[in-house]
Amino acid sequence: MPAITLVFGTMFGSLIDLNRPGHYVHWGFIQMSYANLLVIVLMLLVFVAAILIPFKTHRDKRADR
Amino acid sequence: MTVLDPKVERPDQADLDKAADRPEDADQWTARIRHTAVEALPPQRLLPDRQPAYVASWIYVFGVATVAALLVVIATGLVLAVMGPNWWHVSSTGLFVNSLHLWSVEVFFFAMVVHLWGKFFMAAWRGKRRATWITGVVSFLVSVGAAFTGYLSQQNFDSQWISTQAKDGINSTGAGAIFNVTNFGQMLMWHIVLLPLCVIALVGVHVLMVRLRGVVPPFAADDETPDGSQGSVDGPAEVSA
Amino acid sequence: MSADVVAGHRRTRKFVPDRDVPDWRGRYEPYDLAKEFLVALLVVVVLVAGLAVLFGSPDDKPVTIKSWSTADAVDFATTAITELDGSSGTATYGPPYNLNGDAQSIGPIAPAKWLGVHHPIDTANDYVLGPLSTLTDDPATRAALVRYEAASPAQQASWTAAYEKAVASAKFTGGELVVPQGNYGPVGVLISSLTSMARSGALDGALLSSRQFYGTDYTKPLLFIADGQYLATLASNQHLAGEQWGMMNETGSYPGQAWLWLYTLWYQVPPANTSDNGDIQVFAFMIGLTLLLALVPFIPGLRSIPRWSRIYRLIWRNHYREIEHPSRGSDPPTSPPRSEDTAREPVPV
Repeated sequence: MPAITLVFGTMFGSLIDLNRPGHYVHWGFIQMSYANLLVIVLMLLVFVAAILIPFKTHRDKRADR
Repeated sequence: MTVLDPKVERPDQADLDKAADRPEDADQWTARIRHTAVEALPPQRLLPDRQPAYVASWIYVFGVATVAALLVVIATGLVLAVMGPNWWHVSSTGLFVNSLHLWSVEVFFFAMVVHLWGKFFMAAWRGKRRATWITGVVSFLVSVGAAFTGYLSQQNFDSQWISTQAKDGINSTGAGAIFNVTNFGQMLMWHIVLLPLCVIALVGVHVLMVRLRGVVPPFAADDETPDGSQGSVDGPAEVSA
Repeated sequence: MSADVVAGHRRTRKFVPDRDVPDWRGRYEPYDLAKEFLVALLVVVVLVAGLAVLFGSPDDKPVTIKSWSTADAVDFATTAITELDGSSGTATYGPPYNLNGDAQSIGPIAPAKWLGVHHPIDTANDYVLGPLSTLTDDPATRAALVRYEAASPAQQASWTAAYEKAVASAKFTGGELVVPQGNYGPVGVLISSLTSMARSGALDGALLSSRQFYGTDYTKPLLFIADGQYLATLASNQHLAGEQWGMMNETGSYPGQAWLWLYTLWYQVPPANTSDNGDIQVFAFMIGLTLLLALVPFIPGLRSIPRWSRIYRLIWRNHYREIEHPSRGSDPPTSPPRSEDTAREPVPV
């Protein structure tokens, strides 16, 4: 087997196996996989964080010095 | 074969550039196109080194993050194209590149949705920026189509299920007569040729529109009017159209 | 310059805060776009590489007609008889495959019907009789074919109806399909022979290369497989079925296509969840919602939501702080003019 295949296969084979059956949230008529729910929750958290976390402008950096 | 004689004086490059902008040539189509393009987007507007002071929030990075993710999608897609559609099924290196391609698509849509939410809550269509908004929405839709044809091109169980299910929705619109989701060859070509070109063109126009119009200014403050007196958030009573 | 100015007068119209915005005449700050892009690219590359190393990507092996008929020969035979007698999902689909079913419609609008048949599939010949006719070295199958094709349509229908009733309680033992006794004429031999052909792998090849050597169009074998229960059962086990919000999902525990949430939602609720025209209804509704999204800038009320929500006060809080509480030594942004012209960035001096 070529060396590069061994390297990628060993180093970069997935560390967490997601090929097992998923878990699902059932809420009324809504069904969603844990994975998709996590993605959506993360999107909301990142959106809120992006708005709230201060962004240092060039002027702020000048004022700090 | 002519040999340039070092003793003969040749015009400077700067002189040649000046010679290319003569008034008597201004009616040329080439000259007109160049003048229109340079007037609309001079270099300092195409690649500005300053932004309005209100561009000071992390929400602004999600547009460029979306473009960066798109570059990674394309780069990983190019590697998959070099080795052919069967490679990632038989090689662990290929599977890793496929993983890069899949996760870059997830990051692409993640960043695009956060960017969309940000632009919505900034009402970024204001001030003649409606075309920027519309090209953004169309880019989103075409990207969904590009991702869809990617899922169809997987040549595995997932693509079998997706194609046999999606055919019903697409057939119902009549589009199934031409856009046959169970035709792997056709879906692969839409995925690697037609739709990437559309996405790149749309994103390109979208970014140029942002450069053209600038980043949308904030809403007026609660007690601000343009002439500085107390007033409403609605801004001036009238505006030149 | 606008045509109005050139003409020597300016039209005025009411300033609408959700549509218009005065030019920015305030302060500019240095902002390194190129560096920002490169940092974003680096972050994305590291993030994507990390996710790929951690989670990899799924690659569930495809179902073949061979694997299907080997795993569940009775389901294969049950599907094959419906292809022969023209009662399968594909056989009765309608356009673009054939004219044996009604296209979906909303009132008089039936685009699939207008466009007609573009990928013709005759299930009896394409899935059963045609492939069996390639078994030139099998005299029993050839004789059964001759007898079936010579019979009247009414006789054929009688045989296939009887077989379809019986095959539901068939078993596959000792390497052959065992169907309860009945008057099936040559149909029993045809379906048994097709099942053996499928289990050998020959049917996969026959369906793909029926027209040409280099096939890339898998429509025929895919539709045949999808007519059975086997593929649907595998999908349902992975939560991929339509009524399971499957459009959003991926095999295993991988995240799928979360951005399809709104599209798949309409399949879960009336009327689409029970209607024969469910697909076209959902599509029409989604086209409407998509137009709403694209045309937000033109829609009063909808385009006012950002201003009403006041989330912008958080995004631009530095800007509002400067205007509302200018501190000594800072340069508050100057008031914007009345003009609605495009904001033009100053040329650096």
